[in-house]
Amino acid sequence: MTTPILTLTIDGKEVSGLAGETILQVARENGFFIPTLCWLDGLTSAGSCRLCMVEIKGSAALHPACITLIQEGMAVTTSSERLLRYRRAIIELLFSERNHVCAVCVVNGHCELQTLAQQLGIDHISFPGLYPDLPVDASHPRFVIDHNRCILCTRCVRVCGEIEGAHTWDVKNRGVRSQIVADFDTPWGDSTTCTGCGKCVHVCPTGALFEKGKSVAEMFKKPLGLPYLKAIRDLGV
Amino acid sequence: MPADTQQKPVDRRWQRIIQTMLRHNNQSDALIETLHTVQETYGYLDPAVLAAVADRLGIPPARVFGVATFYNHFSLKPKGDHTLVICTGTACHVRGNDQILAWVKEQYHLTPGQTSADNRLSLVEARCVGACALAPVILCDGVLTGKKGYKETTAIIEEWLGHAS
Repeated sequence: MTTPILTLTIDGKEVSGLAGETILQVARENGFFIPTLCWLDGLTSAGSCRLCMVEIKGSAALHPACITLIQEGMAVTTSSERLLRYRRAIIELLFSERNHVCAVCVVNGHCELQTLAQQLGIDHISFPGLYPDLPVDASHPRFVIDHNRCILCTRCVRVCGEIEGAHTWDVKNRGVRSQIVADFDTPWGDSTTCTGCGKCVHVCPTGALFEKGKSVAEMFKKPLGLPYLKAIRDLGV
Repeated sequence: MPADTQQKPVDRRWQRIIQTMLRHNNQSDALIETLHTVQETYGYLDPAVLAAVADRLGIPPARVFGVATFYNHFSLKPKGDHTLVICTGTACHVRGNDQILAWVKEQYHLTPGQTSADNRLSLVEARCVGACALAPVILCDGVLTGKKGYKETTAIIEEWLGHAS
């Protein structure tokens, strides 16, 4: 049986996609821009950053495009005054939650959080900062994790578990005290599960994970071709 | 895997934990049930025991640690002789438990999750114990006190700690 093709409209334009595809997939295929942070092609969708929220005609609530499947006759709006207001608020809240200082950051100029803030025209943060007292773990011989710059997107957690299969990272505590953790709160360098592959470093959207020896604006994240890696792994090659 | 995993079987407490895991066929979904047994038998989640549990159930250590720190019920450090639970759910917060927390901090120098230096008192913060009608709610060694004002509640805590030995 072939997969049915569904038609829907995105921002008034008629598009089609296969049943089982998400709004985000169809939108990207057709050249529509929906901002994302926690979503990454090749990893399972967490749907936690809420930046990809879109409006669907007939529903008062907003829906995350990365985990909402398309339906026949759906009318999706990817950009509106309300959506922009929410997206700005989300980015501002992310900035106020930790100590994000772009001027001294290793990924200054090529940071996904910074880029999104620029695209959304954020020039100040309207919420008071929490300025938490967070550690920097530089115990690993090649990499550093700086919790001050972490936005808890859990890309590192997912890439480590799903692609590398090591599952060194997870999230400890809950709510505002949540933090990325290696093994049993072990210093990264002492972790027995970490293979040192560095995938987490390159999927990290901010400067929270970076290579040692990189100074301000020197850390460039490499695209890893995760869908390709995942396909190879699924084939069992 | 920690080296002392092999030495655990002589421990009767560890036997009980193994039984819990066996009852669930050592499947990974037995984690929370097993953590309950660890908490009951040891009184807290000992890191070496957690490592042995993770190993036996085939769950990554980081996942076990994440689950263990997510729930208020589990404690990674041994608890004090007495436990004071202060509910900070919405109803209790509005009814004045924020002041009780501040009072405990001033009086006993404890913030939620901490145990006093003499190991006498542990302070636990609970997000709603499900008795909002009785707000503000505190639990002294599991005994519930509710519907009391600031002065009465602090007096109750002082009396309880004075009498409790």
